[in-house]
Amino acid sequence: MARPGAARKTEPVEREPARERSGAGMRTAELDRLIHERVRLGIVSALAVNDSLSFNQLKALLKTTDGNLSVHARKLEDAQYISCTKSFDGRIPKTEYRLTGAGRRALERYLDHMEALIRVTRQG
Amino acid sequence: MPSMTAPRPLHDRALDNLRYIRQTMERAGSFTAVPGWGQVAVGATALVAALVAARQATPELWLATWLGEAVVALAIGGSTMVRKAFAVHDPLLSGPGRRAGLSLLPPMVAGGLLTVALSRAGLWNALPGTWLLLYGTGFVTGGAFSVGIVPVMGVCFMVAGAAALLGPAAWGNWLMAAGFGGLHIVFGTIIARRYGG
Repeated sequence: MARPGAARKTEPVEREPARERSGAGMRTAELDRLIHERVRLGIVSALAVNDSLSFNQLKALLKTTDGNLSVHARKLEDAQYISCTKSFDGRIPKTEYRLTGAGRRALERYLDHMEALIRVTRQG
Repeated sequence: MPSMTAPRPLHDRALDNLRYIRQTMERAGSFTAVPGWGQVAVGATALVAALVAARQATPELWLATWLGEAVVALAIGGSTMVRKAFAVHDPLLSGPGRRAGLSLLPPMVAGGLLTVALSRAGLWNALPGTWLLLYGTGFVTGGAFSVGIVPVMGVCFMVAGAAALLGPAAWGNWLMAAGFGGLHIVFGTIIARRYGG
């Protein structure tokens, strides 16, 4: 489990091979560990194609448990990649998530990173 | 010390991650509450309707039989869709559900209006082809926001419609049986098995 407060940290992962092969063309080749994790990547990807999704919708979509989704969504929320709105639908509490601008940019960077890795390893 | 298993190449892992993102986006952006078993039930009632319609003495009674079937199909399809939407937390009035519904609606309205116009003109033989073609068109357009098999089903309905419009008039009722009956049963079973009911 990640340490508290480590949510926004970007770590240089798989950086060496990428830099070695691409040279100066890949200066920003640092993997965002925060959305590299599968459930968090799923949350961000799902929200990228929807205005908002409820907790239950995300849970069904990602086939995960309440606890697991809660923990990962909180990490993304702490990093301000997603925003969370709590309301009541009649007497039933409802939690709604949206992707923030920072979250969308993080996903775009992550996609660029993956594409760059593929390009570089193909050239090699 | 060398590891027992070779690490997965970076290239493969990156491809796998991109595939996961794409699949998640596809699922998240799709309307998944298409009721498979509901379609099978609609198909079964359509087969009965085809048999009953074939025995009618006048085109008006033939039309009434199929309009009755349309009401039954709408009730079965609508109720099973609402049930599945609740079960999979797929909203009907927002997101992909709303987009799918709005894309499905225009061909259905066009079909209704053409039914009135063609019946008034006494062009009964044109009805099966028109219905099948527009129903298929609705599923091709609405299916763009749903799981991949839905537009495929739409294309099959359009092919049946084209055959009914261009083929002999005697084929009409039986192409309706093949389309509204057979295609619903075949695709409904596939949808139910692949997409949970």
